[in-house]
Amino acid sequence: MSRTLVVAELQGEVVRNATYSAITLAKRLNGPFAIVAFGSRSRAAAEALVSYGAEKVLIVDDAAVDQYVCERYAPSIATITRNGGFDTVVVTATAFGKDLAPRLAARLDAGYAADISAVEVTDGKRTYCRPIYAGNAYAWLEIDSPIHVVSVRQTEFAPAQPSGAKSTVDVVPLAPSEPAGARIEFIRAEVGKSERPDLGEARVVVSGGRALKEQFSQVLEPLADALGAAIGASRAACDAGFAPPELQVGQTGRTVAPQLYFAIGISGAIQHIAGMKGSKVIVAINKDPDAPIFQIADYGLVQDLFVAVPELVKELRG
Amino acid sequence: MKILVAVKRVADPDNLNKIKLSGQGAVDVSALEPKANPYDEYALETALRLTENGTNPKQRLGEVTVVTLAPKTSEQMLRAMLGTGADRAIRVDAADDELDGGLVARALKAIVDSEKPDLVLLGYQQTEHESCEVGAMLAEQLGWPQATFAGSIKSEADKALVVGREVDGATAFVRLSLPGVVTVIDKIVHPKSVQSSTTPPTHAYQDGVRFAALMAIMAAKKKPLIETKLSDLVPEPSKRALRVRYTRAVLAPARSAGVKVKTVKELVAKLRTEAKVL
Ligand SMILES: Cc1cc2nc3c(=O)[nH]c(=O)nc-3n(C[C@H](O)[C@H](O)[C@H](O)COP(=O)(O)OP(=O)(O)OC[C@H]3O[C@@H](n4cnc5c(N)ncnc54)[C@H](O)[C@@H]3O)c2cc1C
Ligand SMILES: Nc1ncnc2c1ncn2[C@@H]1O[C@H](COP(=O)(O)O)[C@@H](O)[C@H]1O
Repeated sequence: MSRTLVVAELQGEVVRNATYSAITLAKRLNGPFAIVAFGSRSRAAAEALVSYGAEKVLIVDDAAVDQYVCERYAPSIATITRNGGFDTVVVTATAFGKDLAPRLAARLDAGYAADISAVEVTDGKRTYCRPIYAGNAYAWLEIDSPIHVVSVRQTEFAPAQPSGAKSTVDVVPLAPSEPAGARIEFIRAEVGKSERPDLGEARVVVSGGRALKEQFSQVLEPLADALGAAIGASRAACDAGFAPPELQVGQTGRTVAPQLYFAIGISGAIQHIAGMKGSKVIVAINKDPDAPIFQIADYGLVQDLFVAVPELVKELRG
Repeated sequence: MKILVAVKRVADPDNLNKIKLSGQGAVDVSALEPKANPYDEYALETALRLTENGTNPKQRLGEVTVVTLAPKTSEQMLRAMLGTGADRAIRVDAADDELDGGLVARALKAIVDSEKPDLVLLGYQQTEHESCEVGAMLAEQLGWPQATFAGSIKSEADKALVVGREVDGATAFVRLSLPGVVTVIDKIVHPKSVQSSTTPPTHAYQDGVRFAALMAIMAAKKKPLIETKLSDLVPEPSKRALRVRYTRAVLAPARSAGVKVKTVKELVAKLRTEAKVL
């Protein structure tokens, strides 16, 4: 039997959806699990978290960690892990989890399975599966340490559903500050404001590439409006300033797996494909019939995008 | 400022769709050209920018050491980096299958303990296993603060860095008092992403990384390239034991090319009735 601790990722008092994918993994590892949340909003967040079948929801209800700082979180989670006898710590494979998990693993001298897409348990032995080489292969790994730290790919684990029975809520103290924590200070966050759905969670994503030029918004906004879609971009479009950097999809940008992905004026470089090839249906619009994007697109349209996209908008609205 | 940059050689990141499987069920990259991990090249560029006044880059205002844990064949990459501007190079002799992220971090810690840099720069991840782990593991081992996913860095008198971290659609600015660990993403090589304590805020670099001049490559042959053993840096066998072992790999099922449609009308019809996603 195993005991698992899930670290909740909060945005204010809202539990980010990736957390529910982490809970799904915890439920697959047979044994009880608990969830921990940080900050003075954790009490409010716990109201949502108690409905997922956790033995306990632990809250580190302390305003000192209202802003995420890895150097403050990791010591507390390590202490909770040891005191609670947890053998597995599960985090989201978002920027939050990918920052936190390795520091935590080093602290616990634990093996770290990063960004996993599946887990197999045979005779109590676990193997974790994760995409490597820009998603061109999947590798299986085993961990040889008493504690495992795991980050979970949101796109590969369906979010857990509430299950009725309510968990108890325990308050746990924040671990004392250490020198590393005293030497890092959160200044401010700049959040790209958009009325559109979050790229990581949208059902439809409309992405544009270098070919859009200065007309990036002008051409893509109406299409995104017609589809209720999030807008994404290639690195070339972001680097050239046609699209804001937070829209970048790919290896260094966001990983998306919507039901429907439009790649418009995007050639289909490996680093772009790494971030979107999990999409259910891919549509490519490109005037070059040999563009690599057509090799992975379900539907390809060889046309000038400046003609095709407005026509597409009209057709969708019509 | 004294900076240590961790670098790794990887299989050509632009051609990863050409990887194969070996008979043993491991990934075979022998058909791909070895290259420096691009994020490590960005880390080196960042280190050079932080140790110069951007308006007078010929004058070095600090020391940059590149370090890799790799077989001898990686010396070529280190020499190239010395040509680009690094002052010294260290190679810890090791093969990839002797290492996991934790062990790389433990070995780097030993090097930091003896080199005493003010800053360790790393790529945020390497393009082979993409574990995105070594930087944070090293920071924990050192008891130093970390700033991962750095898209911008501004030095405050080389005592602290204001780092813009790119985190899922937002930028989080943190102030990190040195010594510390920073991992970089591609945005860090934009013209105004890095500002050393002497570079004026108006200065704009050329986009991307600098290239070595032929003269510099020749001169780099005289720069020190130090070789050490993993067992000297991490003497206890238990600390060299791997926590993570890869057991097998499969190639990702290729997404096959679908159909080409001729018109927008046909596309919409197919999305509605065939794919049923509209
Ligand atoms: C370390 C590293 C990390 C990277 N990370 C990422 C990443 O996260 N995300 C990412 O996207 N890239 C990333 N890249 C960059 C990647 O390699 C490509 O350079 C980039 O994706 C190209 O963007 P693009 O397709 O918009 O531009 P291009 O490759 O220039 O393609 C433009 C396309 O538009 C088509 N086109 C032109 N005009 C029209 C028209 N009128 N109508 C229709 N089609 C037209 C052209 O035929 C062409 O196919 C990374 C690169 C490196 C080295
Ligand atoms: N074998 C290695 N030698 C030196 N540096 C490494 C090695 N492996 C990883 N790194 C550094 O750690 C960063 C992150 O790699 P990873 O955590 O493995 O994705 C890389 O970009 C390098 O800076």
